Amino acid sequence: MTAPDAPLLAVEDLHVTFTTRRGLVEAVRGVNLSVAPGRTLGIVGESGSGKTVTAYAITRLLDSSGRITKGRIQFQGMDLVQAPTRTMRALHGAAISMIFQNPRAALNPVRTVGLQIADALRAHRTMTAAQARKRAIELLDEVRIREPEKRIDAYPHELSGGMCQRVVIAMAIACEPALLIADEPTTGLDVTTQKTVMDLVARITAERNMSVLLITHDLGLAAKYCQDIVVMEQGHVVERAPPLRLFSDPQHAYTRRLVAASPTATSRVEDLVPDASLAVPLPPLRPKTKPAPGTAPLLEVQNLVKRYGETAAVDGVSLTIAAGESVGLVGESGSGKSTISRMICRLIDPTGGDILFDGEAIGSIAAREFHRSPLRREIQIVFQDPHESLNPRFSAFDSIAHPLRRLGGLAGDALKARVEDCAKKVGLPLDLLDRFPHQLSGGQKARVGIARAISVGPRLLVLDEPTAALDVSIQAVTLQLLERLRREENLAFLFVSHDLNVVRMMCERTIVLQNGRIVEEGQSRALFDAPATDYTRELVAAIPMREVA
Amino acid sequence: MSGLGHTAKRAGQRLVTSLPALFGVLVFTFVLMRVLPGDPAVFFASGPNSSQEDIEMIRRQMGLDKPLPTQLVLYLYDIGRGNLGRSLITGQPVLSDLRERLPASLELTFAALILALGAAIPLGVFAALRANSLIDHAVRFFCSLGVCVPTFVSGLLLIYAFYYLWGIAPDPTGRIDIFTSQPTRVTGFLLIDYLIAGDLDGWAAAFRQILLPAITMALFVMAPLARMTRAAMLASLGSDFVRTARSIGLSDWRVIVVYALRNAILPVLTITGIVFSTMLGANVLVEKVFSWPGVASYALDALLASDYAPVQGFVLLMASIFVLVNLVVDVLYGMADPRVTVE
Repeated sequence: MTAPDAPLLAVEDLHVTFTTRRGLVEAVRGVNLSVAPGRTLGIVGESGSGKTVTAYAITRLLDSSGRITKGRIQFQGMDLVQAPTRTMRALHGAAISMIFQNPRAALNPVRTVGLQIADALRAHRTMTAAQARKRAIELLDEVRIREPEKRIDAYPHELSGGMCQRVVIAMAIACEPALLIADEPTTGLDVTTQKTVMDLVARITAERNMSVLLITHDLGLAAKYCQDIVVMEQGHVVERAPPLRLFSDPQHAYTRRLVAASPTATSRVEDLVPDASLAVPLPPLRPKTKPAPGTAPLLEVQNLVKRYGETAAVDGVSLTIAAGESVGLVGESGSGKSTISRMICRLIDPTGGDILFDGEAIGSIAAREFHRSPLRREIQIVFQDPHESLNPRFSAFDSIAHPLRRLGGLAGDALKARVEDCAKKVGLPLDLLDRFPHQLSGGQKARVGIARAISVGPRLLVLDEPTAALDVSIQAVTLQLLERLRREENLAFLFVSHDLNVVRMMCERTIVLQNGRIVEEGQSRALFDAPATDYTRELVAAIPMREVA
Repeated sequence: MSGLGHTAKRAGQRLVTSLPALFGVLVFTFVLMRVLPGDPAVFFASGPNSSQEDIEMIRRQMGLDKPLPTQLVLYLYDIGRGNLGRSLITGQPVLSDLRERLPASLELTFAALILALGAAIPLGVFAALRANSLIDHAVRFFCSLGVCVPTFVSGLLLIYAFYYLWGIAPDPTGRIDIFTSQPTRVTGFLLIDYLIAGDLDGWAAAFRQILLPAITMALFVMAPLARMTRAAMLASLGSDFVRTARSIGLSDWRVIVVYALRNAILPVLTITGIVFSTMLGANVLVEKVFSWPGVASYALDALLASDYAPVQGFVLLMASIFVLVNLVVDVLYGMADPRVTVE
């Protein structure tokens, strides 16, 4: 009914408003975009940009507090804004379907995956349970799940995250829709899983000539899989361009900031924030680290083992970190990187092996006793999630002051002065110190977490995915802050991350882990440029890289 | 099936591990009963012409002259042989008294629980679907009223309205009126025994008789069930998998029942177990108001008469039922949620 080159989906002047406790909030303010048949459009932006809300508005799956206040959504010749619920239900799955972030939560935990795929089929087609089951097995085969006859009776918790996402994809394509909306489909998945899942989506949608709307915060991912990208900021579309032009010649100031903040294979920490006015910390030159003349390294880990029952989470890992050195620890989930970092912090006890700090064996001090050790203040940790790792009943001041009270024995004015000093170091405005975590932004909470860790003057800072929960622009500022602190205070870093581009930038040396063992280690640049093992090669190849013009 | 065998093994282990708790309950009640004021010998010998010698004789007969530890050992020995002692009021062995009366209490509790669940789950689901609407507030008000009004008040109100004013309900005394013939005892549950006997008139009579006390108890326990259903439904309606179910175009009914309610029922199951145990012990007021010949009113009478054996037998029975109910809930939970196994 439409001309061949007419768009499958056209969103015109879309406005979405949410009713919140603080009144009406307009999350989407006049978005225009269109998707042609068989094409993939990426929507990129940071949290709060309205990209996800736009997607849910298109499918009319908004929360009950969200309402489309204005605009049109043209799809296959009708306006979805006006469409009755019954029409939308007929379209869901059959014409428009979705895949989601956090695939395991997206599946019903008490229903087998086969039945859930059958639900998707039987929502739109009349078929018997046996026919649906047969078709579900074929679909599982199409999304490349091995032994589909067996897997069909599995519950979601029995499958890995990547497999769950394939099941969600199978449900989404079951009734051959024309449009697939993918909302951060690979966030939280390992980089190699991300690649297989995205390749699968790309192949299936190409085979079926489906259009895709890919919503992501990852510019590299959007660049690799989309023919067109729109950039959203605070409910507006600020720029639309094909990926090559978007990255080589960004027009809008926000796009320029976003592109600069996303680490690539060649970026340096200094370049992440191009705008000098925003880049508050200006890192001074790195003090020359002198090679240790025969003295023990700051940290030496020998043959570390951690077993949970029969399985070894960490299986004989040895590593050293010199004073002021920054070492990256990378690997997929289950590789043992978090376990190692927690053992080094003495938060959990190793099953075997030794941990030497400054030549002193600390591996034998029980984790629950370690807080009494004078070395407790020397090793501090910054946790992954700044939102979850702060006590919600502690103000920012209390969070930073707590280790000082316990380990430093400070009180009164001395304590106040030290806390304010730490806050200044991490660039946290002093008037925010009275606030509680829920009154702070993600970036501010990250600063509180870092201030707390450096308050007692540690020499080794363990950073467990310190920026994984942050938007790229905030990640950029946080990484710069960490780099500056390292140079100023001569801190040593153990930097745990799944983001290889960040590790390449932040760490002089990198250690690659797989199944609790070290598979490769070396100078970061050399290791990433010429990986020696297949596993590292696979990891590096899986990073979605964008062309640097 | 190996899964079933596995569950049975775990259930057996659970029963064995609950034995120490049961033993503790035994000893505790035993000591408590002795510490409480009141001498059964005096109580039973009471009469204008009973002398001190009579009382001493009764005391010797009952073994109350021996030191406390000896009494306890003798008591435990009796329990081990399945002898719960003899009630001084009824003159019957406690075991047969309990066996006679337990089905009455259980039947009432089950009927009340079915009524409560049958009302609370739909109400909770509606309240969650229309959260913060008028329906939600009405359900909340109704449930609060149910907990606030003591059962003896609501029971009397129901009797006043349905029996005295309107004459719809039968005479609120006992399980069955005196003119209806009792069925042959198979399970002890009248509603089931009448069905087995094929006596539908009898069944209807027993049903009418149980309705008021069951409603009284159901009103009392509806609040926790409905509130828990509402909370669990709200959580599961807001979950990712319900969104997925909507995104594939399932009908509202399937989304609500198969996806949302099926998950929301898990916490409700846990609460149901707790509610059941509470009801069984706490329905003494209802039994008294409706002259229901159950174990709770039996135990209360015994307690007032310082009749040790029935009270101890009752407490032991309640503790065992509590253990059993928790086990059943855990097994059901394991079946309802594939992620957990009975530990």
